[in-house]
Amino acid sequence: MSPDLEQALAARLLALADDELILAHRNSEWTGHAPILEEDIAFTNIALDEMGHARIWYEQLEALQGADPDSLIFFRPAAEFSNVRMVELPPGDWAFSMLRQYLFDSYELVRATQTLESRYRPMAEAAAKIRPEELYHHRHTALWVRRLGLGTEESNGRMQQALDSLWPAVFQLFAPLPGEEQLVAAGYVPAPAQLQAAWEREARPFLEDAGLRLPPDPQAPATVAPRSEHTEHLEPLVADLQEVARLEREAEW
Amino acid sequence: MAAEATKEITEETIWEALEAVKDPEIPVVSVVEMGIVRDVTIEEGRVTVTMTPTFSGCPALHVMHDDIEAQVRALGVEDVTVETTLHPPWTTDWITEEAREKLKAFGLAPPRRHGGNLPITFYDTVTCPYCDSDNTVVQNTFGPTLCRAIYTCNNCQQPFEQFKAL
Repeated sequence: MSPDLEQALAARLLALADDELILAHRNSEWTGHAPILEEDIAFTNIALDEMGHARIWYEQLEALQGADPDSLIFFRPAAEFSNVRMVELPPGDWAFSMLRQYLFDSYELVRATQTLESRYRPMAEAAAKIRPEELYHHRHTALWVRRLGLGTEESNGRMQQALDSLWPAVFQLFAPLPGEEQLVAAGYVPAPAQLQAAWEREARPFLEDAGLRLPPDPQAPATVAPRSEHTEHLEPLVADLQEVARLEREAEW
Repeated sequence: MAAEATKEITEETIWEALEAVKDPEIPVVSVVEMGIVRDVTIEEGRVTVTMTPTFSGCPALHVMHDDIEAQVRALGVEDVTVETTLHPPWTTDWITEEAREKLKAFGLAPPRRHGGNLPITFYDTVTCPYCDSDNTVVQNTFGPTLCRAIYTCNNCQQPFEQFKAL
């Protein structure tokens, strides 16, 4: 593997890991606070799964470049995280969190499916592991989007509001990273356009069938922010995530 | 003495010893019966056990990893490595028949064998582990651990958990 290719691969692995970690942390904020007990349990499970997926990607990064996952998670400044913005936004109401999770699950499912044949073997193996777990998430969150979208005027209104604010942000998931074209050429990752097309084929009709109006598309890709730029919400999240670890760096768990 | 004891260690004795390592979340079945232990090799006195995660976020993974290592050490082996592999991905099809019976006796409906064609729908037939009725209804596809879903039996009115197919 050339140094350029390795660097691009490392950036992709870190982006995959950071998306999962930050989303898992946001979702865990519902633990003990979800509207009903069953959902409290379900969403906590989903958060735990995403944390497990984050771990897979951090460990692959470690195998590639020796970066220690704990250091990356607990001692890296917020500004160096490379997650997309949509996962760092505060949980909002239940409609917002369910829709965000649906959008991410449907994306992750498409990505895992298209990564099954990756020529970077660890990635293909991870995709095969992740995919069936995502099927469970997707079926769960898709049901919530339909339930609220097709429910009452109030629930539909909240879901629509969530979609209006999340829709422009979702396209950042499909934006190529610097050097990504080399990964695509090597057959390591799916082409971003192919990923986005497959996702849109599923998500657009699904959301419309759930009684929602799709907002106008953002002026992609020119206006898609790079993953190095974050909202003001990431820093407090990372401070919360790292608080205990930073109290006693050498502590063993 | 220790060296002599080590000589008697074979892959078979290690597999047997690992039968005593239980899944911490379902303490009636072993990591061998669950298909979590994938391989045992001995090379010049060094033992390598390869395990695979069930659900990738399972918090019991660390415990199982450490328990497997401790169990092999207890046989007198000093050089033990427990490796984790994701490939091939773990499937509930690997759970042995004996373990399925134990799960059922534990009150956990065992997952149906799917032969690689995983049926993830809300309408799978799940048999009540208490009265064997198929007249059951899903309450929550996520349960108290990552590997469990919650059902109710319409026949005997008993709520129960299912080990989710993967």
